[in-house]
Amino acid sequence: MADGFGGKEKCSDQRLVSLPLSRIRVIMKSSPEVSSINQEALVLTAKATELFVQYLATYSYKHGSGKEKKALIYSDLSNTAEESETFQFLADILPKKILASKYLKMLKEEKGEGEEEEDEEEEEEEEDEDDESEDEEAES
Amino acid sequence: MAEGPEDLNLPNAVITRIIKEALPHGVNISKEARSAISRAASMFVLYATSCANNFAMKGKRKTLNAADVLSAMEEMEFQRFISPLKEALDAYRREQKGKKETSEQKKKDKDRTDSEEQDESREDDNDEDDERMEEEEQNDEEEVDN
Repeated sequence: MADGFGGKEKCSDQRLVSLPLSRIRVIMKSSPEVSSINQEALVLTAKATELFVQYLATYSYKHGSGKEKKALIYSDLSNTAEESETFQFLADILPKKILASKYLKMLKEEKGEGEEEEDEEEEEEEEDEDDESEDEEAES
Repeated sequence: MAEGPEDLNLPNAVITRIIKEALPHGVNISKEARSAISRAASMFVLYATSCANNFAMKGKRKTLNAADVLSAMEEMEFQRFISPLKEALDAYRREQKGKKETSEQKKKDKDRTDSEEQDESREDDNDEDDERMEEEEQNDEEEVDN
């Protein structure tokens, strides 16, 4: 029996924290205003991060559409970031994904609002041409 | 994704394990989801550190301590973490205390062994001295109690 290996696994389960403290420390120190970090603060931050990963995963799974397929997918996470106040701080790094054509259209609409005072006819013609080319892209 | 000289990412294997242990058995986690959670975790560390640092600065301290981290959790509305964190802190402190006592005990044992080896020839004299000292100590204690 490979008791040696089993023993090692037991040790890691009993350890307070699984995430490597050295890496956590690097991330913490990258924050510009931080001078020094006491060892207890480091351990607690690592532990808190583990709790956070668990919380984010379970929350996203529970509220996500992937649940039907017994899977956790990216959109579950981006939905969480957008819809939950607690996870709002993640909204920028977990953006929702949209079709490229939709995004381009959105950009043009924004641009159109900005140029409202200018000649509208010309703008409309341009938009029509662009809409046609967008359809071609979608088909291909 | 380009990584600078300082790796601000957390190890994939550990993150994956934490996720798997949290979710029901048999749930598949897409590679994208895993990567997203990893990035979110790094973001969390930054956010928590910044928040904790504010508390340290308020207390005019330059070193982040455990209390600052706990206050940060409250501020970030992760109150649910506070209780398990406090338990972890207690366990950590006990562990540290245990290590310290073990190393101090080892040192004492080592010193005792060394001195025994040195004083083997003078053992009888020392024993008499010790007994006398112990009696004196007992007398002192009695006086203090009275």
